[in-house]
Amino acid sequence: MKITDETIDHLSHLARLEFNGDQKERIKTDLTKIIDFVDQLSSVNTDGVEPLIFMTETENVLRDDVDVVTISQTEALKNAPVHDTDYFKIPTVLKK
Amino acid sequence: MAITEEIRAKYKPVIGLEIHAQMLTRSKAYSNDKNEYGSAPNTNVSVITLGHPGTLPRMNRKTIDFAIRMGIACDCKISELQHFARKNYFYPDLPKGYQITQDTTPICTGGSVLIKDENGNEKRVGLTRIHMEEDAGKSIHDIDPFNTLIDLNRAGVPLIEIVSEPDITSSQQAYNYVTEVRKLVRYLDICDGNMEEGSLRCDANISVMLKDAKEFGVKVEVKNMNSMRNVQRAIEYEIERQIEAIEKGEKLVQETRNFNALNGTTTAMRSKEAANDYRYFPEPDLQPIRVTQQHVQKIREAMPPLPNFLHTKYTTELGLSEYDAGVITDQKEIALYFEEIIRYTKNYKAAANWVMGDIKSHLNAKALDITELKLSPNHVAELISLIDSGKLSHSLASQKVFPEMLKADESPLKIAESNNWIQTSDEGEIKKLIAAVIAENPSEIARYRAGETKLMGFIMGQLMKKSAGKADPKSAGKLLTEMLSEN
Amino acid sequence: MYHSFDEIKAALDHGTSVESITKHYLKRIDEKKHLNAFLEVFADSALAQAKRVDEKLKNNTAGRLAGVVIGLKDNLAYKDHKVSASSKILEGFVSLYTATAVERLIAEDAVIIGRLNCDEFAMGSSNENSAFGNVLNPHNEKMVPGGSSGGSAVAVAAGLCTASLGTDTGGSIRQPASFTGTIGFKPTYGRVSRYGLLAYASSFDQIGPFANTVKDVALLTEIMAGKDEFDSTLLQEDSKNFLPAFDTTRKLKIAYIKDCIESEGIDPEIRSRIFEIIEKLRSLGHTVNAVDFPYLNQMIPTYYVLTTAEASSNYARYDGVHYGYHSSNAEGVEDTYKKSRSEGFGEEVKRRIMLGTFVLSHGYYDAYYTKGQKVRRVIQNKTKEILTNHDFIILPTTPTTAFEIGANVADPITMYLQDIFTVQANLSGNPAISLPLGNHSNGLPFGIQAMGKHFDEAGLLSFSDYLMSNCK
Repeated sequence: MKITDETIDHLSHLARLEFNGDQKERIKTDLTKIIDFVDQLSSVNTDGVEPLIFMTETENVLRDDVDVVTISQTEALKNAPVHDTDYFKIPTVLKK
Repeated sequence: MAITEEIRAKYKPVIGLEIHAQMLTRSKAYSNDKNEYGSAPNTNVSVITLGHPGTLPRMNRKTIDFAIRMGIACDCKISELQHFARKNYFYPDLPKGYQITQDTTPICTGGSVLIKDENGNEKRVGLTRIHMEEDAGKSIHDIDPFNTLIDLNRAGVPLIEIVSEPDITSSQQAYNYVTEVRKLVRYLDICDGNMEEGSLRCDANISVMLKDAKEFGVKVEVKNMNSMRNVQRAIEYEIERQIEAIEKGEKLVQETRNFNALNGTTTAMRSKEAANDYRYFPEPDLQPIRVTQQHVQKIREAMPPLPNFLHTKYTTELGLSEYDAGVITDQKEIALYFEEIIRYTKNYKAAANWVMGDIKSHLNAKALDITELKLSPNHVAELISLIDSGKLSHSLASQKVFPEMLKADESPLKIAESNNWIQTSDEGEIKKLIAAVIAENPSEIARYRAGETKLMGFIMGQLMKKSAGKADPKSAGKLLTEMLSEN
Repeated sequence: MYHSFDEIKAALDHGTSVESITKHYLKRIDEKKHLNAFLEVFADSALAQAKRVDEKLKNNTAGRLAGVVIGLKDNLAYKDHKVSASSKILEGFVSLYTATAVERLIAEDAVIIGRLNCDEFAMGSSNENSAFGNVLNPHNEKMVPGGSSGGSAVAVAAGLCTASLGTDTGGSIRQPASFTGTIGFKPTYGRVSRYGLLAYASSFDQIGPFANTVKDVALLTEIMAGKDEFDSTLLQEDSKNFLPAFDTTRKLKIAYIKDCIESEGIDPEIRSRIFEIIEKLRSLGHTVNAVDFPYLNQMIPTYYVLTTAEASSNYARYDGVHYGYHSSNAEGVEDTYKKSRSEGFGEEVKRRIMLGTFVLSHGYYDAYYTKGQKVRRVIQNKTKEILTNHDFIILPTTPTTAFEIGANVADPITMYLQDIFTVQANLSGNPAISLPLGNHSNGLPFGIQAMGKHFDEAGLLSFSDYLMSNCK
């Protein structure tokens, strides 16, 4: 099937990725090839077959409603690229 | 807005509401960190809530039971076999980049909520579904001008989403519906229904159509209505906006709009936010849930009585007025307190009056909830029977005995006896008092005997004062009239 | 070099300390650092662990893995240690918790010596997709070790640790085991907890061991396996002994997949070696049948449709906000996401995220994702059918021996086809193992694969032990 620039733009927005110039051409080519490749799926007859969703048959794997403290505020923020003592931070667009 | 009543009457609003209710569980939906409002930021979190690499969700069984309670209360069909789904989108307060929710297998389908319409008539609002999901964290935009701050305490808090059918046709009905749902979740002890704190949130889908039209109008979603009054205002505004646009020949756009509480209007949100493909697919990290009939039955049996059930009982069996039944059932704890009182007395109207009057005033004055009231219901019942038997006047009961009862939860009979407030119908006693009143008020007595019968009120009042409220008014009045007519 | 846990035990019995065993490995890792197997060596914490285990040995309170030194694939969480999935997007990230499987090994007194290079986010078949350089095959350093668990395989093959952990989503343990002459085992899906495994494809991923003997592989699996409150997808049963003695009086029924062995991509020496093994098994009294498996060509497409869909969702958490790489020239939320992710992820990861996003997107979900799930069930049903009538399936692990570094990078699909014999076990969830039963005339080893029934680790591992003893 034909993968257009629009398709790439739409998918990359959904995935929050950006492809510029050459990269966009390459991903377009790669994706076209790969999608053609996976189209082989349609050759298998799946009439009356239910989709396989769960790989084990257990049901009702549930936990009791008990609260526990496992990490501190400091630990929670430790790996964040931008943070202060209390919050995760994202730099906003500077309003002009 | 230049919409006349005439123009308005041509259209029928079509409204559906989606209500998100935070569940009153101790821990979160898919992890065991604390579910608590108001804690210091990012202190009620775990690696699972933070979406750290390699973490997996763990389902809280309480959320399921709470959702089933709501389903039972609304007469929904409870799904037997269900699973979870991922709703994929990017937002700073959504650490995993997806929300674990239910897509194709909601825990409840169908059912309804009974409300009153704008004319006071009963109306059933159908429910499409109720499903379980998790809340996102909080993005704070207005503390730091250069950064958005994120607090993930709320991320993972269990929610149920209640989706109504588009059966609502006015902003008043919408208000009543949200009120009723709020009352229900509070009765069921599954949610505290606090819209200001965000534990109950409401989005609306609104369209209008000409009354004889075959097709629905363009549907607009409105968000950010953080009180019941604002739900009503927003819907009212939106209905008028849509009608005005159609009347002007403008095309309405299917969009999401924000309600602005300051000026009561709705404004369009940026379109990109609305154009999201959530790519739902079954959540592979959580196994399916099977809800058996026995389990539903167990929950049904343990459920508290519901407001509509109690309301009907009060109006049909106990003979209370609609108004009284409404006030008492408004809050479950009040209804339960009332239920206790009427175990000890059959004077239901008096019990209702005490609850709605003196007790409620006291609670309001002291900013107490009824659960904090240290007054045994059986003592209230005792007070009522003292009044009914003539042993205590209502005014003494209310002004003197009741306050004492509030101080130390003592038997009203004991309080009245030890303070000598028990009314007397003893003729001898009363006659003495009457004689004293006659002696002390010669001119009024003379005028009364001369024909000014309306002075009876004054004379009776003097008698009551003299008796310090202890004279039983009925017998006192009879004797007074007798003695005054003697000469 | 310590070839097995038995050899370690013998050394301990002779008075060698765990500390000196650990130091031995640290030295060896340093000597072989050009292989680029280890991304980071946990020298300090490993030596501290070793000292503690030595104390416990003195008190006779040491666990079953005392003296054993293990490397972790760089997609397994280990508290207070970095984990990066060999990706720039997690560079510097320190885990706040330990994966259950790893915790269970540590509870038996294993020493964790470092984190091992792999294809970025476990996506690859050659370890050429790591953000931190290729891993070299110790048998021939011009060749790839296989992937995605390239570092884990090389660590065992080159004697850099006693055993290692890898993960297998489409063959990522078995394929590198084949290329490096080691044993690599993928347990049944649902046998070992995935808590702490940086998810690639949630319904395919499994943690598994690399070692030089079946006995060691069985012990490691037994210790890691069993129900875990942190992973809801597991079989809700405790672990048990996975290496009962093989009953030599028992006559097995074994299947081999005709379509695999007769496929044209397969190296003739690999093909003839399998036939050799088949003949040996027959001579031992077992029945070996050829069976059909008509879905060989659809397995890789099915695998890619489903795994990339799950991956595209699993990787959404790498957003430059809560942890991990953050692009310094981004302004605002959207820009932070796009730049951080585009700069932090490598090419292959981005390709698969795009495919996965496509597969789940509106308008394509039914034709690709749902269809993929249906084909998966067809594949699972057929595999179950074969194993209802047979005890095990044998097939090649890889179509060839290790290929040259750079040979397959031009075309993603050529690389994808490397997994043609391994993805079946991931699609249907069965346990599968690669055993180093082959030696090619080109000087490189290759593996032969055996697959067993769901949750029959004991049967499959006993059979593997039997094969290793009888088919040398």
